[in-house]
Amino acid sequence: MNPVRIIGRGSLAVMETLGRIILFAAISIGRGILPPYYPKQYVRQFLDIGYYSLPVVGLTAIFTGAVLALQSYTGFQRFQAESAIPTIVVLSVTRELGPVLAGLMVAGRVGASMAAELGTMRVTEQIDALSTLTTDPYRYLIMPRLIGGLVMLPLLVVVAMIIGVMGGFLVSVNQLGFQPVSYLNDTFRFLEAIDVVSGLVKAAVFGFIVALMGSYHGFNSGRGAQGVGAATTMAVVTASILILVSNYFITALFFDR
Amino acid sequence: MSTADTPAIRIRGLSKRFGSKVVLDNLDLDVDRGRSLVVIGASGTGKSVLIKCILGIIEPDAGTIEINGVDVVRGRRRAAAKARAECGMLFQGGALFDSLKVWENVAFRLVQAEGMNRREARELAIQTLARVGLKPETADLMPAELSGGMQKRVGLARAIASEPSIIFFDEPTTGLDPIMADVINQLIRNVTAGQRTALTITHDMQSVRHIADKVAMIYNGKIHWSGPVEAIDDPQDAHVEQFVQGHSEGPIPVQITAD
Repeated sequence: MNPVRIIGRGSLAVMETLGRIILFAAISIGRGILPPYYPKQYVRQFLDIGYYSLPVVGLTAIFTGAVLALQSYTGFQRFQAESAIPTIVVLSVTRELGPVLAGLMVAGRVGASMAAELGTMRVTEQIDALSTLTTDPYRYLIMPRLIGGLVMLPLLVVVAMIIGVMGGFLVSVNQLGFQPVSYLNDTFRFLEAIDVVSGLVKAAVFGFIVALMGSYHGFNSGRGAQGVGAATTMAVVTASILILVSNYFITALFFDR
Repeated sequence: MSTADTPAIRIRGLSKRFGSKVVLDNLDLDVDRGRSLVVIGASGTGKSVLIKCILGIIEPDAGTIEINGVDVVRGRRRAAAKARAECGMLFQGGALFDSLKVWENVAFRLVQAEGMNRREARELAIQTLARVGLKPETADLMPAELSGGMQKRVGLARAIASEPSIIFFDEPTTGLDPIMADVINQLIRNVTAGQRTALTITHDMQSVRHIADKVAMIYNGKIHWSGPVEAIDDPQDAHVEQFVQGHSEGPIPVQITAD
């Protein structure tokens, strides 16, 4: 087959999917901002996305902070720059690793479960049943998930930031011989509000992406177990890729000079 | 406007295709008020698509659908939603919400869409469950704890809980043993008889004879034949005869081998 045609078809398919996702988001938000609201559904999503993701995000953050301190030490020791480690740890965790790793972990945990749940509901006609019970599926199922992702990931990332810095602190103090007080002083000396704010903005965007991908692929799942499986895979893969791509653009927006 | 003579459902020129496959092709159909119409037809002939178009789950490519005189395809969205709120539906697999208890399923519309308080809704759900032969203890079970027949009954209870004037049944007896199928047929007859309009799609002829006032056969995307249920055994039509008698040979082509 003509390679130009292959590239053209692939590009058109990507653009078509992108258009469908944007339309899906627009319909969900357009309908979801209008009443009726379903508080129980919102609370359920807040718990699912936020509270139940705490262990996995916390574990990821503490070990990331610890490894960061350890790796920085072995590198910076070569030119006597160990004192920069607290700053390196806190900036890396707040600006990048906290939001990105939390986003990826939540994509794996929550995005997959959203796609599987909505996909199963689609296959078993539960989504159709909602419509026949005069309940808008976009308001009842999708909007609470989108808001849940948007609101809960920043909160998770705040926790991840604190735990990540603590991981670096524990390794630095207990293993690398840093003084606790001077480590903490150095941690906060060069930390600026924009470092935390940029991390939280990223978290909100990533949370929305995870919820949107999980909802879109689940809501439009194909038939049968294979359809639900494919929807789940697509939700995680597309959310992960979009997190990494959007991370670059948000970083450029905040810190590009 | 709806009058006593207006059909509860009037469909004109309904068409729907998926890719190159034409499923409904300029289909016309009337469902008379207070009567039970059963649409029969082979698998894949568009029976489910027909119901889903009426309920707004699938958007048709062309044609009009009127529910109680209101055009739900091209009419105002609010009026269409109001007209569709007059409808209840029993899905083939029950389509119960598996994260909710049985009573929450039955009272779903009352609580979520009509704002009834939960205690009152639970009472009403238990009364509705009794109408389909289920005991109050069933109310607090989860759908996964129910047998197929019980799930169908709960689905039926959910469909009638808000007292709709039109009810749709999608293959109501599929997957049930003959005794349970008869129970479901009887329940459908009980909840519809003389008071509600019913549109059922099925290929279970036992069910057709039990619940239909009128029968229509869908073939090649159109209503190929329609008549009173009494005419089903002498339809004067080779297609209907082949379908009713379940013969593989006849005007409806059936591929038996892969060749």
